[in-house]
This record gives sequence, structure tokens and C-alpha cells, in this order.
Amino acid sequence: MAVPVVFFAVFFAYPVTAIVGRGLRTGGVWQFGRVGDVLSRPDILDVLWFTTWQALASTALTLVVALPGAYVFARFDFPGRQLLRAVVTVPFVLPTVVVGTAFLALLGRGGLLDELWGVRLDTTVWAILLAHVFFNYAVVVRTVGGLWSQLDPRQEEAARVLGASRLAAWWRVTLPALGPAVAAAALMVFLFTFTSFGVVQILGGPAYSTLEVEIYRQTAQLLDLPTAAVLTLVQFAAVGAILALHAWTVRRREAALRLVDPALTARRPKGPGQWTLLLCVLGVVLVLILLPLGVLVERSFDGPGGYGFTFYRALTSVGTSGTFLVPPLDAVRNSLEYAVVATAIALLVGGLAAAALTRRAGRLVRGFDALLMLPLGVSAVTVGFGFLITLDKPPLDLRASWILVPLAQALVGVPFVVRTMLPVLRAVDGRLREAAAVLGASPLRAWREVDLPLVRRALLVAAGFAFAVSLGEFGATVFIARPDRPTLPVAVARLLGRPGELNYGQAMALSTVLMVVCAVSLLVLERIRTDRSGEF
Amino acid sequence: MTHARRTAGLALVAALGVSTLAACGGSDGTESSGGDGGGTKSKTVTLVSHDSFNASPAVLKAFTKETGYTVKVLKSGDAGEALNKEILTKGSPQGDVFFGVDNTLLSRALDNGLFTPYQAKGLDRVAADTRLDAAKNRVTPIDTGDICVNYDKKYFADKKLAPPQSFDDLIKPEYKNLLVTENVATSSPGLGFLLGTVAHSGDSGWQDYWKKLKANGVQVVDSWEQAYNESFSGSAGGKKANGDRPLVVSYASSPPVEVLYSEPRPKVAPTGVATGTCFRQIEFAGLLGGAKNEAGGKALLDFLISDRFQADMPLNMFVNPVVKAVPLPPLFTEFGATADRPETVAPDKIAANREQWIQTWTSLVVK
Repeated sequence: MAVPVVFFAVFFAYPVTAIVGRGLRTGGVWQFGRVGDVLSRPDILDVLWFTTWQALASTALTLVVALPGAYVFARFDFPGRQLLRAVVTVPFVLPTVVVGTAFLALLGRGGLLDELWGVRLDTTVWAILLAHVFFNYAVVVRTVGGLWSQLDPRQEEAARVLGASRLAAWWRVTLPALGPAVAAAALMVFLFTFTSFGVVQILGGPAYSTLEVEIYRQTAQLLDLPTAAVLTLVQFAAVGAILALHAWTVRRREAALRLVDPALTARRPKGPGQWTLLLCVLGVVLVLILLPLGVLVERSFDGPGGYGFTFYRALTSVGTSGTFLVPPLDAVRNSLEYAVVATAIALLVGGLAAAALTRRAGRLVRGFDALLMLPLGVSAVTVGFGFLITLDKPPLDLRASWILVPLAQALVGVPFVVRTMLPVLRAVDGRLREAAAVLGASPLRAWREVDLPLVRRALLVAAGFAFAVSLGEFGATVFIARPDRPTLPVAVARLLGRPGELNYGQAMALSTVLMVVCAVSLLVLERIRTDRSGEF
Repeated sequence: MTHARRTAGLALVAALGVSTLAACGGSDGTESSGGDGGGTKSKTVTLVSHDSFNASPAVLKAFTKETGYTVKVLKSGDAGEALNKEILTKGSPQGDVFFGVDNTLLSRALDNGLFTPYQAKGLDRVAADTRLDAAKNRVTPIDTGDICVNYDKKYFADKKLAPPQSFDDLIKPEYKNLLVTENVATSSPGLGFLLGTVAHSGDSGWQDYWKKLKANGVQVVDSWEQAYNESFSGSAGGKKANGDRPLVVSYASSPPVEVLYSEPRPKVAPTGVATGTCFRQIEFAGLLGGAKNEAGGKALLDFLISDRFQADMPLNMFVNPVVKAVPLPPLFTEFGATADRPETVAPDKIAANREQWIQTWTSLVVK
């Protein structure tokens, strides 16, 4: 308990409080009167309104598109299922810079839609919504599908035997069992879209601004700290409310359901209806997920003088431009190194937190659980600026240290670790430990002999997630990454920021490399998925 | 509780262990700037800058050879963001010298008292019209660049239409729906272009000018990257993305860059510059107040206006030197364009009106 608490106090609570305090304190007194002033400004109200409704719309759209997918991935067994499951998760960890570029290529001028039907969606709300669905498809498929694959189909069959119609059986038996999982997934999607930054900035054009984008503008561009602080508090309140709801649904989900091995529930699709459903879902995955990714790959090979490896070759040299002090391909190594350290930190902190949450119950602990999720919903710019003004004195003078990058990434990784570990740890029967203790094992030995074998796979899955999140993390990293050690997303952003065909092509090639690295680590995850990693 | 405290202690020890190990791992040669334990003269000088800073490694090595100081570069976001970070951390700066405050942000930096005055060696060789703080020398001019409309040569040749040359041309009906520019709130070329129109049409006339520009179908995107690499039809990226705007707000140095990064290298630049639509940007550097290594910082400022660095700059940052004696590289003279009479606005006037202009522009053009 102590380690995660200290970690969050030093690297999250303290920096965030400091930066909010800069904006809201004058002469040591908190000026909460400013909250009202800021919230009565029409432009701020516009931002709040847009943030809320686009998040609601994105969530609804994601559920509509992804729920059939959750069913298909949970209940059908078809060739390539594992590969596809990994592929649909790739977007979730891709940096928004890359996604924004891909979607512009798809929906913008001369994009695919433009060529086929003369439709252009860039700088419209539709582009934002579609990109949000692209990002969050996996959240629904994993959260809902994870549970769906373990529901005992015999319960529904029993209802059918007792005379219920197919629809009624689903409505009365399956849906209530799935309800909390759907709610939890919806809340997660709502949280991610409510705090959306990169997507809105790139695809929305200047006319649309979410709370997160506005916080960034007020802090980094206008240096209007009071306004930024008020907006940060508003976002805090909103995210807190969402997380509280989420925690409540998760607790409901851990209620007793009869779960079975997913291997028993997946079957080959039968009959025209099921085949149609499967093909429809595959079609959606193809258009929504593979197409944007494919555009990137296509452009990375489309070199001067036809298709080839020109851009990939260019990645291995420093070039004449001085954009990089090292060849861009070195970014792969940097990213991997940072990700390993970030994963270690996230596992240590998240694992200890999950253990503490399993052992104890009570309101305080539940509050701590929600607290651990907060970094998911607090803007990177707030945390980054907070780092700048707090971590500047020994013993915590970390501003120039490389460790800051993995620390910031671990902050985002911890919630995933906790989410993955918690259900498994809670499923470990305490009496086993007690039996070991009675037989004379020390607490450490009991943990090693009893818990570890049971949670090893969950640990691996958690590690994989933390790793993938760290690879794609952009917001906080761009704040602190040093020019001689850029990470993959930072290098992509830098290449996109320079004119000329070679730079553009290299950015596409590097994005493709990032995609492959993410996909491979996720595929490895698929191989070792636990039976009960239903929470995410 | 003692147990818990011991765990925390262990974790801290472990964390410190990790960082020490890492510090010893050769890949991370420089020590952190906070790490010199006072008394010993630091051999590292830290330059804080925006993302666009670049210098040839050989040139930085030459500086080390001359002075014994190793330069560590810290890039911290775009120009506005990098400056705001320094204002936030005033008194406990991240480095010794800050490079990249331009004339549109200069007053904000000076009003916040960021810099320690220092008269760099060789300042007399710097063009006088760039020395905006000549009385106090809190900042030293380093480079200039012009923000101008670029045009896609092929488009205008195919259409047999003369490309626009001035602000007044841009609102003519034959150039309807051709121009893409950047959001002035989030992009420095965007802001530069707005300031150019303010200087051109006057305090009262610029809003009218923008109304006409809007009626003439100007498109606004958030960043230079999007405008240049996605919407503009003349750049390599834009060609791939089928950009449909043959006019874009960019820099006078963009055509040479377009040539430099094309393989094989073309005989003529694919894009041209409308030289009557330019706004002059001047970038400055200054010694940060509270710098840990003041002597090193001063040496670095001297170096930034030395011939060696000035000559190296154009091809790394695509800007023009401020030292008159330094010649432009052939690529610039061959493919670039010089604005005959770039527009300017005084820094204090910018400081007094910037927010208001941005807000007015936003409600006028994008909302």
C-alpha cells in the first residue's frame, strides 16, 4: 500500500496540485471565486458542451459498432481469430499523431472516400467520431467479449427449453448478465473520448475544442493559468464521477456469475444467419480498422519512382537535415528501453496496489482504487507542467533526467495493471494461503508457492499492456523526451513537422514500424491471455 | 506501520539504484544538470529551445573544442510553449540559454524578466534592424525568416493564371478557394500572416481584409504541418494527399527545402513565393536568469552569432543569418526568394494587442 501511495503522491498529486495552485492561489489564499468567473464565459461553456456531447455520441456509436464484434470474437471460432483480436487492439495504443494522419488520408481531400463518392469529412464532427470508434473498438470487444465468452450458454438454452423465444431468452438471461460489463465498457469509452486530445486537435480543425485541448491551449499557448486550473478542476470532477460509476459497475460485475472456460463456448458459426453476422463484423473491422492502418503502410512504401523501400532505408541514416542527432531507427531502441523500465515501474506499483486492494476492503481502499485510475483522465499537459515546476530541486531534481519519461508513462500504465491483476487476485482462495501458513510457510513463501503460480499469467498480460501503452504514449513523453533520445511517436511527430517528401515518407515508414512493434507485443499477449482478464 | 515504512524505503532505494545504474550506463553520457555538486565548474552548458532548433553536430563539437563546454540541447515544444515553460520555471530554469523567442513573443519574455543582460561579442556585425533590445541587450538576435504565401507553380502554369504576388491579390476573385492558412491561436506562421495583414491594412482595416479573404474561400487548419503537408498541392506530402489548395501560408525558405528533400533533385523548385505577402520574423536568444552555468551561457551566446554557427544555420533551420558578412548557401540563392519589403509590427504593439487580435480573428474567421 505504501509504495503506490508514495508514488502517486510524489509523481501525480503533488505536481498537479502545484500547477493548479499556481493558477488559483494568490498570496497563499485559494481564489475559488475564479471558478464561477471562468464557467460563466460563453466560449468556455461552448467547450464544455461540445466535450460532453461528442463523448456521448462517440460512446453510443462505438457500442453500436463494437457489440456485434464482441459477440463474434467471444462466441465464434474462425481461422485468424487471435491475429484479428490483436490487430483490433493496435489502434488503442497508437499515438494520435499517426492516427490523425491516417484518417486525414482516408477522409480528407483526395482521400479514399473523396475518390469514391466525393465525400470529405475532415474538420467535421464525423471524422472525430469515426476516429474515436477506431480507437475504442477494442475496449468494448475486450471488456464485453471477455465476459461473454465465459457466460454459460446452457443458461440461455435452459430458458429456451422452458418456452422462451430466442429473443426473450437473450433479453432475460444474457443481457442482465452482460449489463454491468457493457456499462463498464461504455464508461471507459466515455472517459477516453471525454478527455480526447490529439484526435480532436488534428481532425477537428480549429473550430472544435474539447476540455483537454482547451487546457492545453490555455496553459501552453496563452499562459492563462487561472483558466487552465479551473478547467482542470472541472475535468477532475467529471472524470471522478465517471470513475466512481465505473467502480460501482465493476463491483456489480464481480457478483456471482457462473463462468465457464471460453474454449467451451466458442463454436464454428452455423447457418446463414451466423455466417452473415460474422462476415458483417469482419467487414466492419476491415473498413474501420484495417483500412486506416493500410493507408499508412501503403504510403510508407510509395516512394519516389514507384513502390520500394526508399523511406525505410532513409530511416537508418542521420541524413543531411540535422532533424535528428541519431538515425530515426534508433528511436525504436529508445522506445523499447523506456517501455521496459516503464513496465517494471508500472508492475511494481500496480501489482502492490492490486495486492493491497485485494487484502482489504472498505471505503478508503475503494477510494484509492478510483484514485489509481485518475491519471487516465488528467491531461498530460497538466501533469507535464506540474513536473516542470515541482521536480526541480534535489533530491527530486528529475527534470533533466531520462527516468522522467518512463515514470510518466508508468503513471498511465498503472491503471491497466491494476485492472488486469485485480480480478485474478480476488479469485485466489485465501484459504490456500492460510493452509500454507498453518503448514509453516513464511508469508513470502506462501505468496511464492500459492499466489505466484496463479497470477503469473495475469502479470504477463498486465506487463504487455503497460508495455504497449508506454510505446504509444505521446502526450507526456513529448514534454520531456530529449532530442538525442526520441521515442517512436516523438520521432514521427518530428518528421511530420518538416517539409519534403523524404521526411513525410519516413514518418509513414516509422509509423508502420511502430504499428508492427505494437501488433507483435499484443499478439504475444493473446497467446497468454488469462481466463478471467475480463475487466479489460 | 513500521513495516509499511520499510517497504517505502526499500522502494526508494530500489528506484535510486535503478537511476544510478542508468546514469552509469554509457548510452546516457551527460550527467543531469542538477547533478554538479556546486564548487566544481560545470563543463556542460544547456540550451533550451523549441522543437525546430537544429545544428550540425560538427559545429557544436567545434564550440566544445574552442571553449571546453559541451552543449546539451533541450527542446521543449513549439515556440510559444517552450517560452511559457521558461516563464513558469523562472528563477529555477531548465538550462542556461534560451533560444527561439521571436518578435511576436519578445515582449512577453522581457516583461516577465526572464533574461540576464549580456552584450555578446561581435554584436556590431549583426544587422541593426534586428536588434530590437539594443538599449539593454537582454536578448541577442540570431536569425530572421519571412512568413509568406507559397504557390504551387504547376497549378498556375496549367491554369495559365499568374500567381498572386501581394496581400491585395489574395482577395481577388480569380484566386477564390485557393488559399489555406493556419489557426493564429495555435500556429506561429498563422500568427505571422495575421500580423502581416495588420501591418498591411492597418489597425482598422485588417478585419475588413479578413472578411474579404473569408468570402474568397480561405481555408483554416490548425497547424503548419496540416496546411503544408496535407492541404497544399505543391508540397511532396500534399501531392500524395491530393492537396487541393495551390496557395499556402509558409516560409520564404520552403521552396529550397522542398528541393533539398526531393530525390532526384529537381532543376527548379516546384513551389514559389508571393513576395508581397511576407511578415518578417526575428528570433532571439538570451541568458536565462538564475542559470547554473552563466559563463558557459555567455560563451554560447557569443558562439551563436559567430560566422561558423551563422553559416551552418540556414540548411539546418531554414532561416537567414543576422550577421551581414555571412553568405547564404547556394541552395537558398538558387531556389529561394527574398521578400523585398517584409511587413513588421513593433513588439510592444504586438504584446498590447495579441490576445485581442487573436480573439477577434477567431470569432471572425473560424466560428
